[in-house]
Amino acid sequence: MQTKSDKLILKSGEVIQGRSFGAPISASGEVVFATGMVGYPEALTDPSFRGQILVLTSPMIGNYGVPHKKYWESNKIQVAGLVVCNYIDTPSHHTSKETLGKWLKRFNIPALEIKDTRGLTQKLCSDGVLLGKIICGLPAQAGKNKVTFDDPNARNLVAEISTKKIRMEGQGKKTIVVIDCGIKKNIVRQLVQRGFKVAVVPYDTDVTKLLFPMDAVVISNGPGDPTKVHATILNVKKIMAKKIPILGICLGNQILALACGGTTYKLPFGHRSQNQPCVLSGTNKCYLTTQNHGFAVKKIPKDFREWFYNANDNTNEGIIHKSLPFMSVQFHPESSPGPLDTDWIFDYFLKKAGVRSNSL
Amino acid sequence: MKNTKKYKKILVLGSGALKIGEAGEFDYSGSQAIKALKEEKIKVILVNPNIATFQTSKDLADEVYFLPVNDYFVEQVIKKERPDGIMLSFGGQTALNCGLELSKRGVFKKYKVKVLGTPIVSIMLTEDRQFFAEHLRSISIPVPESGSATTLAGAKKIAEKIGFPLMVRAAYALGGQKSGVVTNHKQLKEIVAGALAISPQVLIEKYLHHFKEIEYEVVRDKYGNTITVCNMENLDPLGIHTGDSIVVAPSQTLSNLEYHKLREASIKIVQSLQIIGECNVQYALNPHPKGGELDYYVIEVNARLSRSSALASKATGYPLAYVAAKLALGKNLLEIKNKITEVTQSFFEPALDYIVVKIPRWDLDKFKGVKLQIGSAMKSVGEVMAIGRSFEEALQKAIRMQSGQIESLTDSNCLKKANNKELRKLLASPTSKRIFAVVFFIQKGMPLSLIYKMTGIDLWFLERIKAIVMAEKNFGIKKKLTHNTMLSLKQLGFSDKKIGKLCDKNELQIRKIRKQMKIFPSIFQIDTLAGEIPAQTNYLYLTYHGSHNDVVPLGKNAIIVLGSGPYHIGSSVEFDWSCVHTAMALRRYQKESLIINCNPETVSTDYDMSDRLYFEDLSYETVSDIYEFERVGGLIVSVGGQRPNNLANKLSKQGFNILGTTAENINRAEDRNLFSALLDKLKILQPKWQSFSNMTEARKFISKEGFPVLVRPSYVLSGSAMRVCYSKSELANFINQAALLSPEYPVTISKFITNAKELEFDAVAQRGEIMVYAISEHVENAGVHSGDATIVFPTQRVYASTEFQLKEISRKIAKELNITGPFNIQFLVKDNVPYVIEVNLRASRTFPLLSKAMNVNFLDISVDSFFGKAKIHNFVYPKSVVVKSSQFSFSRLLGADPVLRVEMSSTGEVACFGRDFDEALLKSILSTNKFDFKKRGVVLSLRRLVNKAKFLEAAKTIAKLGYHIYATNTTAEFLENNGVPAEVVRKASENAPNILDVINSQKIAFVVNLSENYILSKENKHVITDGFRIRRATVDNQIPLFTDMRLARAFIKALARYKLEDLEIKSYNEYLN
Repeated sequence: MQTKSDKLILKSGEVIQGRSFGAPISASGEVVFATGMVGYPEALTDPSFRGQILVLTSPMIGNYGVPHKKYWESNKIQVAGLVVCNYIDTPSHHTSKETLGKWLKRFNIPALEIKDTRGLTQKLCSDGVLLGKIICGLPAQAGKNKVTFDDPNARNLVAEISTKKIRMEGQGKKTIVVIDCGIKKNIVRQLVQRGFKVAVVPYDTDVTKLLFPMDAVVISNGPGDPTKVHATILNVKKIMAKKIPILGICLGNQILALACGGTTYKLPFGHRSQNQPCVLSGTNKCYLTTQNHGFAVKKIPKDFREWFYNANDNTNEGIIHKSLPFMSVQFHPESSPGPLDTDWIFDYFLKKAGVRSNSL
Repeated sequence: MKNTKKYKKILVLGSGALKIGEAGEFDYSGSQAIKALKEEKIKVILVNPNIATFQTSKDLADEVYFLPVNDYFVEQVIKKERPDGIMLSFGGQTALNCGLELSKRGVFKKYKVKVLGTPIVSIMLTEDRQFFAEHLRSISIPVPESGSATTLAGAKKIAEKIGFPLMVRAAYALGGQKSGVVTNHKQLKEIVAGALAISPQVLIEKYLHHFKEIEYEVVRDKYGNTITVCNMENLDPLGIHTGDSIVVAPSQTLSNLEYHKLREASIKIVQSLQIIGECNVQYALNPHPKGGELDYYVIEVNARLSRSSALASKATGYPLAYVAAKLALGKNLLEIKNKITEVTQSFFEPALDYIVVKIPRWDLDKFKGVKLQIGSAMKSVGEVMAIGRSFEEALQKAIRMQSGQIESLTDSNCLKKANNKELRKLLASPTSKRIFAVVFFIQKGMPLSLIYKMTGIDLWFLERIKAIVMAEKNFGIKKKLTHNTMLSLKQLGFSDKKIGKLCDKNELQIRKIRKQMKIFPSIFQIDTLAGEIPAQTNYLYLTYHGSHNDVVPLGKNAIIVLGSGPYHIGSSVEFDWSCVHTAMALRRYQKESLIINCNPETVSTDYDMSDRLYFEDLSYETVSDIYEFERVGGLIVSVGGQRPNNLANKLSKQGFNILGTTAENINRAEDRNLFSALLDKLKILQPKWQSFSNMTEARKFISKEGFPVLVRPSYVLSGSAMRVCYSKSELANFINQAALLSPEYPVTISKFITNAKELEFDAVAQRGEIMVYAISEHVENAGVHSGDATIVFPTQRVYASTEFQLKEISRKIAKELNITGPFNIQFLVKDNVPYVIEVNLRASRTFPLLSKAMNVNFLDISVDSFFGKAKIHNFVYPKSVVVKSSQFSFSRLLGADPVLRVEMSSTGEVACFGRDFDEALLKSILSTNKFDFKKRGVVLSLRRLVNKAKFLEAAKTIAKLGYHIYATNTTAEFLENNGVPAEVVRKASENAPNILDVINSQKIAFVVNLSENYILSKENKHVITDGFRIRRATVDNQIPLFTDMRLARAFIKALARYKLEDLEIKSYNEYLN
């Protein structure tokens, strides 16, 4: 039943009525949309969506329920809220453990079914990203429980979600350090699958001072504005000085650029979809990628060159050092959700880094 | 970047006549390909005898050859035109097979023709199931355990190795012909024998019970860039041909992992095959894999544009065929602009923010004796596609689109007569009606888990269907139409009419209430990017899951053109041709065209054919919604066949402006009583007839007029429920059946005039005055439906005085009905006296044929007439003769009797030009049949003595041509007595070897089986079976079959006059000039 109290309020003043199917609470965040047609459990647990109210444009959500935790991208739901066209409460899938609605309630995340997600998406496209809040629950409570518009980009989101202590995963003689700026589990899975030991370290770790030997560093994806992550930028400079091979992913691309004297900027319309075409610069080769970022690299640092660019809007999609094994991509080679076209990036990096796993 | 080779002249092969498994989708793909080539300033040559297609229109290809798409004719065209490239992937399996044959014979090498797109070795690999399975295994792609055999014994051996149940398929066959699931040795023998009759090889594989069936449409350029444009999920589990399945796009029940692992596999396969252009990959996916690991198999790969790719193209807005053609020229996906968004390029995968449901259209009840079960061999003749923002909304739309007669998924009227046991069978064993059986049992409260077990339809779909059922049930109890209830019913896809039925109101009342509640459908665009980038697209649909419109109304300057809906028997590509040409002609008047259609196989639903395309239902409700939103200047109902024509009255009553002949006058032509009175008033003859609703009246009429009589309900198209009755009992039986079929309208009987000629008068009038006309002639006598008849233009054996009379009569009718726009009159002529049998105030099936034959576009003139600007076109006698032949798909319809009747049964047609009737007829028949000149046997089965006498001359000709005649006793005896040598063979019902063995022996060139319906019903049952078995064996062996005396004789005469090499290889332009 639609109760008048369930709604999405945009900072621009617009109020969109909806039907709640998540936790009966209110929350605020940056309203962003994603156009992928599959992968809502992966998207909702992606730390890059931290602090955001996610609008899914695919019109029926919940179809295959929610799988076991081991398939998630982090240990909890990261979005501040979820908005869909139609919620399906009758999932059918062999991996389904619970319905999407139950899961959202369990993690205390509000969710709305608003029908016209297309209209909302168009608004977000023309006005740029907007702040918004979901108001749910009984009318009386909703009135009392005042929610302010909270701009997640003003916070150091990375600090909020990064691991607090070093975590070791996988077996292998060689170790790869992953700087967790809001890492998706699939980055770790990709490396573990290739036979490495992976050390997931807090975002502000001075990697050069770690006591164990390491063969390469990966800077993970993460939410928000890269210029807010000073500590990591400084540390990356140190790693480069030691010539330890570096692969940056998404936010990691921006951090690497900033560490070497490049610049970043906020995109008018972020890339949040699974169908972003990226061209390998200087070739005819194009790959379909998953993306989830609101910022991008503008000035490419000295001694680096453009590695990939976006075929739709020509924005930067990766940089690579002209001689040393430092490279980064703006897209998600680990996918999940999304196309598996670019997992060769990991192999390419490891090869360039001269790191071969012994267990393979 | 490597330089792409510049091609000057490219030959494109079409798919020929529409048939089951190969239909309008190839008009769409060929047309897009030709446009893509023309943009590159390449000269395009097209071979396609399908004259009703848009691709054969004058302004598309530079030269069109209306010739059979087979290796002989295509080689001749190559020899003459000397193209430097050829495209094989836009004309379905027909074009592909022809290309393979030409390649095998070294024709391409000889004439230095480059095969563009996917290399021919890859095509060959995908077409040989065993080699292909090995190839897939070699790149670690799983395929079901299988083997191939060329003999029954070989097949048995494989069966024992793999174990039942098994799937058996014929190699190199269209749309899964002659294939099926077998669970024991007996079934195995049956299917293998059938498959080996049409193909040298059968493939036997493990049958994957209740696996999901998933498809991917893949595009790759020569640089290796690969994308999957769309994936699709079949609602029906594996085992039902995808052409006969309800299909959903994108997949709804796949997780991210499943979606992308299958996508990755598709790309791997396509890379391994070095595809350049388009490719379709079909998978079986285990819904309950052991250990939760992904468990899938590849079941089919089509290295060409297919029905699925047409659907994917329409479902996503991605112009697959256009892009595939550009890629075949060597272009990079990144170089090709996205025609829909105009801002991005073609390397991307559309993101859909809607759901698409495709439902096939079957016409199985049109075929006597046909097996209703559907399975791995396709039987449907068309399809509809519905777009919505929920599965429920799209599914209910699709159900309404499919026939225009079923109002809701919950209307299980078609199951009315079934008893409980039959109903359960309908659930367990798939037929065209299974979806209604599913609904029926959900309504009855059967647990969904049990329905899943019986059908294999995923619980997700069943839950959605249940949501529809429950909403209807709940509303049916309270009947309280609040704003919320109304909105929620509309969001579940219920029509106004259906909502009305549930609360005892009519459609118009509900419409009024709904409008008062301000509940209107939203108009949304298909932009390929789910709104991510603002795009100016004109591709639209309606949904109730929205609260804004993507577009603003076009207003008075726009004109709506109603399309034809799904292709089905009686309404096919010819109406799409009319629709497209009408939309194009509107541009000449600076009008904006707005097409409404719901058929994904059409050119009219292409993104660049109109100023706005509504991929929507052709119902009163939807058309009104669009009309009122757009506030257009008018509506054209007369170019999309009978379906839009039927809406004229209702739309006009609501004050909508219908261009051309008024709805009132349309009704005067459609209503038999009014029309009869009109003819009487004008002193025009018609066969005696009477309308009746009880048998007593009927008997009175018949005792006066005598048998045979033609019985039919009003509002007829394609002779549905029409029958010639020869006896009282036959009449009684038929009436009972027909009355049920159409209760709103009375049934009429008319005197059936035997041995009469049938003529078609097609014309366009303006304010009652004829502007252009053409008379064409049926080769067969009256009694064969005009859609099945062989038609020749100009007339060959009609007196000038008769033609004069036809013209005068037509003039009077046009004047009386004040016709503006297209119309068609069907005449019977007996002893030089014309009788009018039917008038249609709309474009007819023959419009494209006549427009092309006369080089005068009837639809252009028709649009002129709507604006009062038409000029009288003087009839110029054509320099050549054109003959239209019908294409039958009996070989795909197991059990159907391949005989011509008043009910239409053909699925398509071709037309060929010639210097005279004989040449045109021969080419035309060669286009619809696999005629093998090397085979030297002919089977004659002539039945009655009068037939034998009439056929004697033709039999002599056959013998003179050196054919060996086989005949059963009486026919053989008659021939021998008259000096025609014939070998006597036993009857079909007698012990082997009999006539069926002769037909099965692969040495028969053609079979003549003269059987008229009334003979069948008079003689004993034994004879019926014999005739039927001969006809069935003939079509099962894909041997040309002639069941009509006149056509058989004409064919034999033509065969005697022209050798294959005498047939002229002349392009359409050459015939005109």
